[in-house]
Amino acid sequence: MTESLQEAPGPYFGEFGGRFVPEALMAALDELTDAYDKARIDPEFTGELERLARDYTGRPSIVTEVPRFAAHCGGARVLLKREDLNHTGSHKINNVLGQALLTKRLGKSRVIAETGAGQHGVATATAAALMGLDCVIYMGEEDTERQSLNVARMRLLGAEVIPVATGTRTLRDAINEAFRDWVANVETTNYVFGTAAGPHPFPAMVRDFQRVISVEARAQMLELGGLPDAVLACVGGGSNAIGSFDAFLDDRDVRLIGCEAAGDGVETGRHAATLTGGRPGILHGSMSYILQDEDGQTQPSHSISAGLDYPGVGPEHTWLSSIGRAEYWPVTDAEAMEAFRLLTRTEGILPAIESAHALAGAIRLGRELGPEATLLVTLSGRGDKDVEQAARWFEMLPEGDE
Amino acid sequence: MSALTDRLDACRAEGRAALVGYLPVGYPDVETSIAAMRVLVEAGCDVVEVGPPYSDPVLDGPVIQHAAARALEGGVTVDDAFVAVRAVAEAGAVPVVMSYANLMLQRGWSRFAHDLRDAGGAGVITPDLTPDAAPEWVSAAREAEVDTIFLVAPSTTRERMQLTCDASTGFVYATPLMGVTGERTSVGDAAQRVVRGAREAGAERVCIGVGVSTGEQAAEIAGFADGVIVGTAFVRALGDEGDLERLRAKVAELADGVRSAR
Repeated sequence: MTESLQEAPGPYFGEFGGRFVPEALMAALDELTDAYDKARIDPEFTGELERLARDYTGRPSIVTEVPRFAAHCGGARVLLKREDLNHTGSHKINNVLGQALLTKRLGKSRVIAETGAGQHGVATATAAALMGLDCVIYMGEEDTERQSLNVARMRLLGAEVIPVATGTRTLRDAINEAFRDWVANVETTNYVFGTAAGPHPFPAMVRDFQRVISVEARAQMLELGGLPDAVLACVGGGSNAIGSFDAFLDDRDVRLIGCEAAGDGVETGRHAATLTGGRPGILHGSMSYILQDEDGQTQPSHSISAGLDYPGVGPEHTWLSSIGRAEYWPVTDAEAMEAFRLLTRTEGILPAIESAHALAGAIRLGRELGPEATLLVTLSGRGDKDVEQAARWFEMLPEGDE
Repeated sequence: MSALTDRLDACRAEGRAALVGYLPVGYPDVETSIAAMRVLVEAGCDVVEVGPPYSDPVLDGPVIQHAAARALEGGVTVDDAFVAVRAVAEAGAVPVVMSYANLMLQRGWSRFAHDLRDAGGAGVITPDLTPDAAPEWVSAAREAEVDTIFLVAPSTTRERMQLTCDASTGFVYATPLMGVTGERTSVGDAAQRVVRGAREAGAERVCIGVGVSTGEQAAEIAGFADGVIVGTAFVRALGDEGDLERLRAKVAELADGVRSAR
């Protein structure tokens, strides 16, 4: 018997993780850790979270077999875990409901969050509306332009959206600004962190809230005939991927593949494939891999997908990579968009561009393994938010609209 | 004992608080920033905090963020910070470095400490590194005989206050307000509370930073702290145009402040 890799508690995953933050935040992080440790074993909390998952999010999410798409994956059997069908349209709601419930337990009345594509911002604004919390969302200015529809959604839900114009004007700068807000307002405010990165307890806590993806999927696969040969998910910070992997971690025959955004290609330097092209460092409160220059300055990342456009990655992924339990593949913008097009045209399912990176990984792996293989792909979100961007990519907008 | 504690004690012997001035190296360019640090020394700073700019400065407000971004666009490197440290030492003040953790980690904790020591620097202030997060840094600094200056905040618990004061050498950096660097209209009561907490935890020297921008505030703080740390107000005075005379006047105002307490 080897030791279970599931539900690793943090703060460290191997040599990665930890808590590298200003002292001013230490009390709040301790308080949050303490509240979470109590909540996770409190039937009142877990019961309420389960009720919300069922009656509000619409869980369990279904698994859909996609044979017409699979024909392009070397004939392998391909199944999608449909997180895109969740309320608000992505896996983000799983985490946000947990953290919003915790906010209430902490007696705090205000939540802040960062968002890249806007999915986490929309989910947070939704939970805040549901639970009567004040809500401020930080979003890089470039992302507010790429994802203007989601900005409007958040505002309709009652959140204040603050475009962040510093630095690269993307997710990473939104996180910096959210941390600054938190330092100043920590007494009233809880930071609802969107991905399985950041200082302890976020990587472990967000993973726990997203774990439902793999717990359900594993049972669903067993019912459908057995465990898959591989599980694939896209990785930016890595919350849907870690949630998709966790319950499979001890099934050593199941390959776990995280698909990173390679943008124009890792060799061009214009990418967001942190585990492929980065090295160890400290960013946003934890030790993990980051894209950085020789001095340690964070380098700008590039991806067509705002949700994956991040120069860091969650520390548990770095650990899983370092021990060889999970693989991380770079997927370019072009590969992801081809997968986006294929799934849409063959199955009538419009994926988020983020999730299309995982689909591209499935195309590659299926062609390698052939018809005997079964691949489970987490479709982390739906592509409604990406329609304009995709239409531009495929030059489908009427002439003169640009 | 270190060059830093000696200087703070000498100020105390004069019946005043020390003035600690912060500037980011490379703003508006490397040469001007080093000239500006000399101005800090000439106009009355006892200790100069040299800041290597960092791409993700989570504890800095808009003024210092802007300066750091501008410096990085200009191509400043961490090496430049050690050149600035040497210049400050030659000008006669005690140089310390204020650095975000990743810049130290990438250079190597030990190499960072030794390079600082070799340049004549006395210690490092670490805004995003607490003593419990970086035992490697603390031991590297001890070995190189470089002070480890950690921050405490109003939210710091009694237990963490003890831990932080025990691990701090040189001085304890107390932030009287919750928030990022920048100017505030009032810092008094909260500042006194944090200083009292640090002293109860055994801190011999406590300096106050974050929010101090006027001679009047400096005078008030000098009444109960060992040093007054000023950053944003100096960066603003220097400005994009690198106005050394405007900076000199601002430093003189604060230097008068620390001398007019009690």
